[in-house]
Amino acid sequence: MRSQEPRSSSSCAACKFMKRRCTLHCLFAPYFRADEPKKFAKVHKVFGASNVTKILNEVPEPQRQDAVNSLVFEAEQRLKDPVYGCIGAIASLQDKMFQLQHDLAVAKARLARCSTRTSYPSCSTTSPFSMLDGEFGMTSFDAFVVDQGCGLTTELRQHPFP
Amino acid sequence: MTSTRCAVCKYFRRRCPPDCIFSPHFLNDNPQRFTCVHKIYGASNLGKLLQETPMQLRADTIESLYYEAKCRIQDPVYGCAGIIWSLHQQIQIAQSQLARARAEIAFLDANVVVAEPTPSPGEPVVQQNGVDYGLDDPYDFWFY
Repeated sequence: MRSQEPRSSSSCAACKFMKRRCTLHCLFAPYFRADEPKKFAKVHKVFGASNVTKILNEVPEPQRQDAVNSLVFEAEQRLKDPVYGCIGAIASLQDKMFQLQHDLAVAKARLARCSTRTSYPSCSTTSPFSMLDGEFGMTSFDAFVVDQGCGLTTELRQHPFP
Repeated sequence: MTSTRCAVCKYFRRRCPPDCIFSPHFLNDNPQRFTCVHKIYGASNLGKLLQETPMQLRADTIESLYYEAKCRIQDPVYGCAGIIWSLHQQIQIAQSQLARARAEIAFLDANVVVAEPTPSPGEPVVQQNGVDYGLDDPYDFWFY
């Protein structure tokens, strides 16, 4: 005979969706409130309830809200773009980064040329922007490493989607 | 049972039919690929997704699912979304640096006293008008 777990006063969105009893210790209840039914529906469609359970059980409790948020985000991206999902967004953002790096390199080259030609009319020969070097790290143009350790970005550059 | 089962049918220890939806994408010689995708999405969801996808796009779909699954396994909290968030941050930093560089160029140009030779035809011109890199991109607000 199954032990009778105390029942929650109101079912969370996950238990409502799966038409099951929502208990006080329901894993989903803190993250899928009853007034947000679409949130769980999206995650369920892409990942499935049992996979979400496994993922949440692997994550420490203080980080579960972030894990749920990222799962919801990924599910939304996959539903919007069933073929590429989040990878499409990453590729698009990387294109933007590469363009920015190019523009920064051009600007840096132009600055170098401007600096050699400039002669200030005032007694100060220091650019007012030099005091901001530390704040914005103007020397670190090459510090745009994106790789999060899974080699994903390197693979995207080597094998871009058509 | 056929000895040329795909990785999926081998995983489930079942016969691999000639029209198996998974066999073109999960070859027998790379079982880890399916294990990865199955761990995050499940075979049932994967099958439904493939059935809804036109045949010519299925290879790309599987590739993207595999990459996302790998990211999620390596980072169970943020997965791919962490990469997107990180890219957004880096883009914002780069945009600030670019804006600053352009402002400095404008300042230096305005303060040039020494006569300059006219630029050669091939000299690249830095765009003076800012380019919108989508600060209002919908991906900005994924943290609820």
